[in-house]
Amino acid sequence: MDGSVRDPVDAPPRLELRGICKSFPGVLVNDRVDLTVRAGEIHALLGENGAGKSTLMKIVHGVLAADSGTILWQGAPVRIASPADARRLGIGMVFQHFALFESLTVAENVALGLEERVPMDALAARIRAVSDGYGLAVAPERHIHELSVGERQRVEIVRCLLGDPHLVILDEPTSVLTPREALALFDVLRRLQAEGRSILYISHKLDEIRALCDRASVLRGGRLVATVDPRQETARSLARMMIGTEPPDLTARADTGADAAAPMLEVEALDLDRDDPHGTDLRDVSLTVRPGEVLGIAGVAGNGQNALMRALSGERLLARPGAIRIGGVPAAHLGPRARRDLGLAVVPEERLGQGAVPELTLAENALLSAYRHGGLVRGGLVHRGQTHGFASRVIHAFNVIARGSAAEARSLSGGNLQKFIIGREILQKPRVLVAAHPTWGVDAGSAAAIHQALVDLRDQGAAILVISQDLDELYTIADRIAVIAAGRLSESRPTHAATAEDIGLMMGGLFEGAAPEPAGGTPHVA
Amino acid sequence: MEGWEGLAALLVAMIRAATPLALAAIGELVTEKSGVLNLGVEGMMLVGAVAAFATAVATGSLVLALLAAMIAAMLMAGLFGVLTLSLMSNQVATGLALTIFGVGLSAFIGKDFIGIPIAGLGSVSIPGLSDLPLVGPVLFGQDPLVYASLALAAGVSWVLYRTRAGLVVRAVGENHHAAHAIGYPVIGIRYLCVLFGGAMSGLAGAYLSLAYTPMWVENMTAGRGWIALALVVFATWKPGRVLLGAYLFGGVTIVQLHAQGMGLEVSSHILSMLPYLATILVLVLISRDRVKIRLNAPACIGRVFRPEH
Repeated sequence: MDGSVRDPVDAPPRLELRGICKSFPGVLVNDRVDLTVRAGEIHALLGENGAGKSTLMKIVHGVLAADSGTILWQGAPVRIASPADARRLGIGMVFQHFALFESLTVAENVALGLEERVPMDALAARIRAVSDGYGLAVAPERHIHELSVGERQRVEIVRCLLGDPHLVILDEPTSVLTPREALALFDVLRRLQAEGRSILYISHKLDEIRALCDRASVLRGGRLVATVDPRQETARSLARMMIGTEPPDLTARADTGADAAAPMLEVEALDLDRDDPHGTDLRDVSLTVRPGEVLGIAGVAGNGQNALMRALSGERLLARPGAIRIGGVPAAHLGPRARRDLGLAVVPEERLGQGAVPELTLAENALLSAYRHGGLVRGGLVHRGQTHGFASRVIHAFNVIARGSAAEARSLSGGNLQKFIIGREILQKPRVLVAAHPTWGVDAGSAAAIHQALVDLRDQGAAILVISQDLDELYTIADRIAVIAAGRLSESRPTHAATAEDIGLMMGGLFEGAAPEPAGGTPHVA
Repeated sequence: MEGWEGLAALLVAMIRAATPLALAAIGELVTEKSGVLNLGVEGMMLVGAVAAFATAVATGSLVLALLAAMIAAMLMAGLFGVLTLSLMSNQVATGLALTIFGVGLSAFIGKDFIGIPIAGLGSVSIPGLSDLPLVGPVLFGQDPLVYASLALAAGVSWVLYRTRAGLVVRAVGENHHAAHAIGYPVIGIRYLCVLFGGAMSGLAGAYLSLAYTPMWVENMTAGRGWIALALVVFATWKPGRVLLGAYLFGGVTIVQLHAQGMGLEVSSHILSMLPYLATILVLVLISRDRVKIRLNAPACIGRVFRPEH
């Protein structure tokens, strides 16, 4: 790479899409989309899950063929029939779900993505050069399966850069990164921009886009609704373009007199040793959730949220039954099924794998947690009609966009699947709902719907515990907020009395009863 | 010198017993490395065997016979490819059906060839070298297919791990979605690997009907296709270990036959088990490392690939 790909001043736009249409059976995914990416700009492609962003990018990258429309590259019409065509033009792609091969080395993975044939030794040297040059530390001889998610993304970026691209497409690159890794990525992207490369940045994180991008094109329902300067917009105005309507304000907190009611979920002096080397020990965790309230637990990931979640769901059992009470009944020694009978519902952190089985249909996934629910199973036999009916009710009640109850869970976008999982639990009318990161990786519209569903459930008198890293989310829905740090939980305080600054300090472990700060800094704070 | 000659005969017999296994297993290894499980090896071998024999009888040319065996078995493999790769049928069920089909088809074609003698594939003879005691017949007095099988094993190993073509094959078998996303024709590559596996199975069958026992007998592969399949898995998809496994199996088969012939006081059934036991034991022992097994095993094996449109 010569490090610079500047075009003459009066050059045509680097990429121009005119009237791109693409439909899948029954769905128009891209509807006459026009998009222009100038040389040397970071251009955001913004839209909800299912708005057609990824499909459009697959067309540009030659993975999918458009039904109609024209693609112009540097002003000339081109036909991009394969990713190889795209690479030859100078279009590189960093995939959201990495296109990497676990059993192969970094160098082999890079070689597979290059048009030219380079001997392995020379390739390793070039990988090192690029990785040093951009501060993207990757070792060519390591195997992908040994690498963290952040390192894998660096491999994808290095592979892309070795093709000397004039346009780099990144599909939701920060969804898998820690905040610090995301900042490092932004530095790399700004350097690429300074070299004259164009960047198409797909995301639904409004703050990121406003911090990073020169222009933003907003897709909604497969159509381009606007191209704007994100710096002139507010997060709220961008969200409005994305969703089409004003983001719904949550119904005001109904005064249910929760303070007086008997606690529905109690955790008392819970101690739990880690069961894997990367886990966190829980120490003296106590909390109470009353009917008709939402307790939010804030904290940086990896501070014991997983352990708490597993203790609450019944994945890990405890010797002392009284450590967890559901509706007053000691339940810490009971398995998930017995806890469900007591009225507990759980929305786990991972949608695919924990919350739903990707290969099963929505009806089957509904059955997995709702099989005790009226009439789905009779005498050990699954009642198909009832099961599909139940799944359809979830789909309708929670506006899940899916091809009906027979659609496979993996065919849904993240936000829609999450709505389905939460809806599945809510329709079983739980007395206690425990949800981990309920809107992680979910677009703004779906997130608002999920929040509204949780608040509605609360207003019906359920006790809700939400574990989340997203402070805005907790401020939106929680009545009280507590903070978990290094396996200890702070006292909870009413949301209106908890300033972001207080919470931030507590997330750093500064609260009464927090773990003494270990020598050498605070490893639990990213 | 009597002892030398006896030992040389024993070693030659071992190598000849191992060769069809090695040929079929190396072919299946390539197929599986690309992510396709073809359980039709036995059927393809039988069709190869009968095609070779019929061609040899009809033309008298062993070269044509070998070619016919490869083409016939590749047709079988191509049929498997159309069903599993283009029509996306289940690979396990289709492979089993291919074997059953191959057994029947070969018996049907072969019924007029039972009992016909042919001059089989002879050994090479290198003046001077082939006459050396022991090393002569073992190293320099084999038939050409023995050398070909060794060369093919080395070639496959080199291509898989030293060339870009091999890298692409391994990538397709490891993660077909990623391979598709960066622009490799997953289905086309798998077709080529399936056809290669077919050609090798055909050669393995031809070896049986032209060299090992130069005649046609119904179902003459006697389960060797299944053993080849098992070898690939137990050898954790490594060509060198496949070869080792084949030779181990061939070796122990011959040794236990001799032991039975000498009237050893052990049930012949137990002796017949030995090749299987010994091969599995040795291959399991040398490839115990779970991480390495996972790395060598093609992650997408047996999985249907559906490109999006």
